[in-house]
Amino acid sequence: MALVRMTSPHARGNNRTQTIMLWVVAATLPGVLAMTWFFGFGTLINIILASVVTLGVEALILRLRKRPVSFFVTDGSALVTAWLLALALPPLSPWWLVVIAASFAIVFGKQLYGGLGQNPFNPAMLGYAVVLISFPVEMTSWAAWRGIEQSIPDVSATLGLLDALRQVFGFSAQAIDGWAHATPLDILKTNSGLTINELATSQPVFGTLGGNIWEWINLAYLAGGLLLIYKRIVSWHAPLGMLAALAIMSLLFWGGSGSDSNGSPMFHLFSGATMLGAFFIVTDPVSCATSKLGRIVFGAGVGVLVYVIRAWGGYPDAVAFAVLLMNLTAPTIDYYTTPRTYGHRKAERGMGKVD
Amino acid sequence: MASTKFSDITADGLWHNNPGLVQLLGLCPLLGVSSTAVNALGLGIATILVLTGSNLAVSIIRSAVTDAVRLPAFVMIIAALTTCVELLMQAFTYELYQILGIFIPLIVTNCAILGRADAYAAKHPVLPSLLDGFMMGLGFALVLLVLGSLRELIGYGTLFSGMDLLLGPFAADWRIVVFPNYKEVLFVILPPGAFVFMGLLIALKNTIDAKVAERAAAQAAQPAAGGKRVRVTGTIG
Repeated sequence: MALVRMTSPHARGNNRTQTIMLWVVAATLPGVLAMTWFFGFGTLINIILASVVTLGVEALILRLRKRPVSFFVTDGSALVTAWLLALALPPLSPWWLVVIAASFAIVFGKQLYGGLGQNPFNPAMLGYAVVLISFPVEMTSWAAWRGIEQSIPDVSATLGLLDALRQVFGFSAQAIDGWAHATPLDILKTNSGLTINELATSQPVFGTLGGNIWEWINLAYLAGGLLLIYKRIVSWHAPLGMLAALAIMSLLFWGGSGSDSNGSPMFHLFSGATMLGAFFIVTDPVSCATSKLGRIVFGAGVGVLVYVIRAWGGYPDAVAFAVLLMNLTAPTIDYYTTPRTYGHRKAERGMGKVD
Repeated sequence: MASTKFSDITADGLWHNNPGLVQLLGLCPLLGVSSTAVNALGLGIATILVLTGSNLAVSIIRSAVTDAVRLPAFVMIIAALTTCVELLMQAFTYELYQILGIFIPLIVTNCAILGRADAYAAKHPVLPSLLDGFMMGLGFALVLLVLGSLRELIGYGTLFSGMDLLLGPFAADWRIVVFPNYKEVLFVILPPGAFVFMGLLIALKNTIDAKVAERAAAQAAQPAAGGKRVRVTGTIG
């Protein structure tokens, strides 16, 4: 935060909140490009709509709370929330879905707890979870993607900008069911009679690593995430914890390639929101654990929960719920992973805090 | 001894010491059945009946029971009254009885009722206790009704649907469709929505209280009319 330091040390780093937030937004760009390429303008409309709503609502609530409006609105944290939320929502989802999710994220997820730095839960995931619980049909309707016409010729590919806008704002005559498609995680979850190889040949959604297009989207987020780690915007601990736990869990409970298979480790690492979650969601500095060891534990917890819900739970993808559940445990994790204080022999963990 | 004045008891039950908004007692039925206005009204009326009756009975026997056995005695009274209400609802509003289900027997465990019995009725004469029970019950029922109406409005987009289950056939067309073609918001209908809206109601009450206190303080700070002071320093603005 851009506070003037009144006492020494007077040296200032350039890692201000605004800079960090803009880097996070910049690092999602490969993923945004990939999603726009495959799904058309829906992703971009989501992003613009969510950004306008979050910034507007944030300004409104700050005004109500009598806090400096421009100082907090320009720090970019609301923008990051909007951006991550928009990428998690299905492209071409109706406008009110985005508005409800974005305003809930900012009002209930962030400002009611006291604003930036005070929220125990990740605001974007809170907004996502609320609309996922409220509107399951809209939230699981993923549009057709570029390249599907090769396998299903009578399905039209992505919409143009004007058609996409019509679809989002409800002026389209075309019914959404006509071209909504299940994600690979969905299909694998509901599959009961086909082996993995049969699934892969009968359904066009499966690719070589994860889902057909999902592996490219996940690779793009992976690239963005590695950039963030290289720039030291986020530390490697939480992402590594999550990806390692997810890989180990999916290796242990793989179940081969029969019809009761839970999917290979590669499939789980490169499907759904895995990479978006690993590098952009669990690394949230506010709602994550704070110590290095704590972040590994936090990430591992998210990874285990994601797998448990994907394999045996009621939802096909689980990053939002896993992150929210682990957010609850973050203070406890911090309590038992306090690092060694300089000058002390060993860390004092789990001791009563003297405040 | 709390006040036995009629106006104090009324103000306490409905606002200052409201069981739902201030004491936060009986949250389980409050959050569990407030998904529609008719559910809320049904449980609210049942709670008023039990609370008024239990306060009356507890106040009558208050000098006969010793401290050691008072809680079991109170619970027995409340359980008996709850059974009466349950049988009455089974007889006259059977559909509503089925909808409310487990929450009617659970009135026994509503801590607002045992709380009033122990905190007020066991220490006060019959008439104030009766009034306290009724006003506390009314305060609880009003919060339930507001919460239920809000959740029905936002969750289903309607108001007062199914009122005939409680009030008889003449209320069958009370249903108001506020938003036609409304998309049900499951989050508001499910228990998490009840928590959020309950929090909003409590916040609203606290805001109103703060505003009232502010105004009272501003009024008290004004010098009494007719007082004369002579300014001896500074400039006259």
